[in-house]
Amino acid sequence: MEKTQIKNIIEAMLFVSDKPLFLNEIKSVLEGPEADEIKEVIDELAGEFETQGRPLRIKEIAGGYQIATDPVFAPWLKKLYKTAGSDRLSGPGLESLAIIAYKQPVTKPEIEAIRGVNVDGVLKTLIEKNLIKIMGRRETVGRPIIYGTTQEFLQYFGLNSLQELPKLEEFNFTEKDIELPEHLQSNEDAAYGTK
Amino acid sequence: MSYKVKLDVFEGPLDLLLYLIKKNEIDIYDIPIAAITEQYLEYLELMRMLDLNIAGEFLVIAATLIHIKSKMLLPPDEKELLPEEEEDPREELVRRLVEYKKFKEVAGILQGLEGQRKKMFTRDIPFEVEPGEVFFEASLFDLIAAFTRVLKDVPKEMFQEIIKDEFTVEQKVHDLLHMLVVTPVICLFELFKNSKNKIEIIATFLAVLELIRLKEIIVAQKKNFSDIEIIRNEKHRLNIE
Repeated sequence: MEKTQIKNIIEAMLFVSDKPLFLNEIKSVLEGPEADEIKEVIDELAGEFETQGRPLRIKEIAGGYQIATDPVFAPWLKKLYKTAGSDRLSGPGLESLAIIAYKQPVTKPEIEAIRGVNVDGVLKTLIEKNLIKIMGRRETVGRPIIYGTTQEFLQYFGLNSLQELPKLEEFNFTEKDIELPEHLQSNEDAAYGTK
Repeated sequence: MSYKVKLDVFEGPLDLLLYLIKKNEIDIYDIPIAAITEQYLEYLELMRMLDLNIAGEFLVIAATLIHIKSKMLLPPDEKELLPEEEEDPREELVRRLVEYKKFKEVAGILQGLEGQRKKMFTRDIPFEVEPGEVFFEASLFDLIAAFTRVLKDVPKEMFQEIIKDEFTVEQKVHDLLHMLVVTPVICLFELFKNSKNKIEIIATFLAVLELIRLKEIIVAQKKNFSDIEIIRNEKHRLNIE
């Protein structure tokens, strides 16, 4: 297959998709080019989108690729879709999400201990919005339910992975009593290096 | 009957404490407990006077503050005292405040990301009904108002005979879903137009309520008091699939 053709097929796929497309999804459709080849083509395409002054961008979101509009066009698009972007998360919602994102898998009492308030209602809303999910139960006394963030969480905040969140130590505090979950501790340098 | 309002300014007792620390430009690691306790209690009193619902959590921290204050006033216990490392009674509270503050900052960052993300539009824009028109979900009160209006319009002579179970809610639910397949947007008043009698109107209305409850449909209106439109909840349908 010619490179231009691959590029066009990928662009068409991204154009149609209403969720981020993963590299392996694209690969299985194309049946031929290797993943790194495809990635190269997507990067090239993303570059063309920008240099050719097109209003669209290819974003890496939640581990996949998605076409999104350049933020500068937001004022016009908001006129078109008045409902879009109107509801924002509340303060308690954001605080609880922050705790869950860093401490997952985490139990309700652990979130409450940090926030100092009951989080029943907040967790319910976050689950309804599909931003967090029940990951199972912890095998301790009472087998409490444990929560974690979802793919939609990444999509909602335009993150490619949890590693894109700043390290807690970056805040001007010297305390070392906060432990990052394992998957955040590993390959820290690579993950945070981009910022 | 008294109305309790939840004060959203402070998300919780720790939030109030952080606010007081910031307001007084205090070093978080060296909190003047007596002064802060006093101010904290003043705020609780203010909230009580405003008849705001003070959550139990606020009282727990108040008790903690008073406990720390008393501990700091008392001379240290000779037996327990270790010569080198005397534990600061504030330590535990400070640790909690610092930890909470970090997550509060992350929450701020998330809020920023949320704002940025909302400026980028992707294909998953929900609820696409004729772009350019504003819709907001009609409330139950709007529906009831519309219902009374329909009932008022029905000529009186129609109520003379008693018809038994001719129209059921179940049947109406079925009909309505069928109609929505053909026409994606149905005006609520159109729906009642061909109703033969009061019972049919009631059955139709209950069917609408039932479908809203099942999240099968969305009722929306373009502006206050305008016609209510019934739209299929596409998002819900996709979720099921």
